[in-house]
Amino acid sequence: MQDLISLFVKSIFVDNMIFAYFLGMCSFLAVSKNVKTAVGLGAAVIFVLGVTVPLNYMLNEYVLKAGALSWLGAEYADIDLSFLSFIIFIAVIAAFVQLVEMVVEKFAPALYSQLGIFLPLIAVNCAIMGGSLFMQQRGYETLAEATTFGLGSGIGWFLAIVSLAAIREKLAYSNVPAPLKGLGITFIIVGLMGIAFMGFMGIQL
Amino acid sequence: MDKSIITNPILKNNPVTVLVLGICSALAVTVKLEPACVMAISVTAVTGFSSLIASLLRNTIPNRIRIIVQLVIVALLVILVDQILKAFAYDVSKQLSVYVGLIITNCIIMGRIEAFALGNKPLPSLIDGLANGAGYGLILIAIAFIRELIGSGTLFGFQIIPESWYMANGGWYLNNGMFIMPPMALIITGCFIWLQRSFQKDEVKK
Repeated sequence: MQDLISLFVKSIFVDNMIFAYFLGMCSFLAVSKNVKTAVGLGAAVIFVLGVTVPLNYMLNEYVLKAGALSWLGAEYADIDLSFLSFIIFIAVIAAFVQLVEMVVEKFAPALYSQLGIFLPLIAVNCAIMGGSLFMQQRGYETLAEATTFGLGSGIGWFLAIVSLAAIREKLAYSNVPAPLKGLGITFIIVGLMGIAFMGFMGIQL
Repeated sequence: MDKSIITNPILKNNPVTVLVLGICSALAVTVKLEPACVMAISVTAVTGFSSLIASLLRNTIPNRIRIIVQLVIVALLVILVDQILKAFAYDVSKQLSVYVGLIITNCIIMGRIEAFALGNKPLPSLIDGLANGAGYGLILIAIAFIRELIGSGTLFGFQIIPESWYMANGGWYLNNGMFIMPPMALIITGCFIWLQRSFQKDEVKK
């Protein structure tokens, strides 16, 4: 249990998706103009990461890894399908996003009108794919660990986008040199926020 | 053929500094020049060929499922790149780690397929893809150049700053470790955008 909690805190702060690995930058910069939409996209990312990472974990564990197919019988034990992992992971993510979109549209139209435009964006959000690939690379051992990691990374991403959106809302009133306006200053702000988050780096959990 | 199809993506409409596409997997590989060059070449190849394939198939892909089809095309090419890197440049492939896989979700590739390849003939699509990849690679290599030179005093692993300058050898110089840290990549990119926009006044947005 203690391991899970430290993994959770670690994936939110120390290994923050945005500030430590630059994952999901495109939508992070594009959708952080106001806090409300940022909260919507952030929530969608938490949800999708929290589900696709464990799904891909199971696929990796029982289908893709070297020797993972041994549950089918001894003659399958030496098959290694890991070269297929990119295509399987992205297919799971795209299919899941499509599914969520349809379910939400059917049963919760109000939520759909809030989240709807962000859901298709998420299929090509690097943070989601990155979550699955990091899960595979770091070799998390149990389903609980993979789920915790997925949720933690999602929450880290959520915190990052909401705080950037809050800063950018305030920035509208400040006097920035014209060529630096918009994109340039946003990059520099994200860099400064990254430096602040580096304060967590030395923490051993 | 119009020359602007090549020059536009490299300078005026650079995918990274103007259109803000594909920064996701880009910045983390810019600590050293070598992985940055490998990444730039890989992305250029994938962008070019995925545009070519998508353009060849453009009349047969049903509109509703085109995103999935595009993802499959890109994923297949990325698997090829990954296997080639693992076979011929294992060390670099280890350094790039998950970022090779993340080429799939690089927005430049999907963006070019959606915006250009689906509406144009194969040859211009191939060139457009390659040029956009090159524009991306250019920024990547420029950032890596600055970060490696200031952060480690080397270029491609060769010592550039003379050894005798270092404090350890009685000199006055120290590498600026800050430039190896992730946030500096963002700040350098921000400065590039600043530079580019101050030279191209018409690009400045309100």
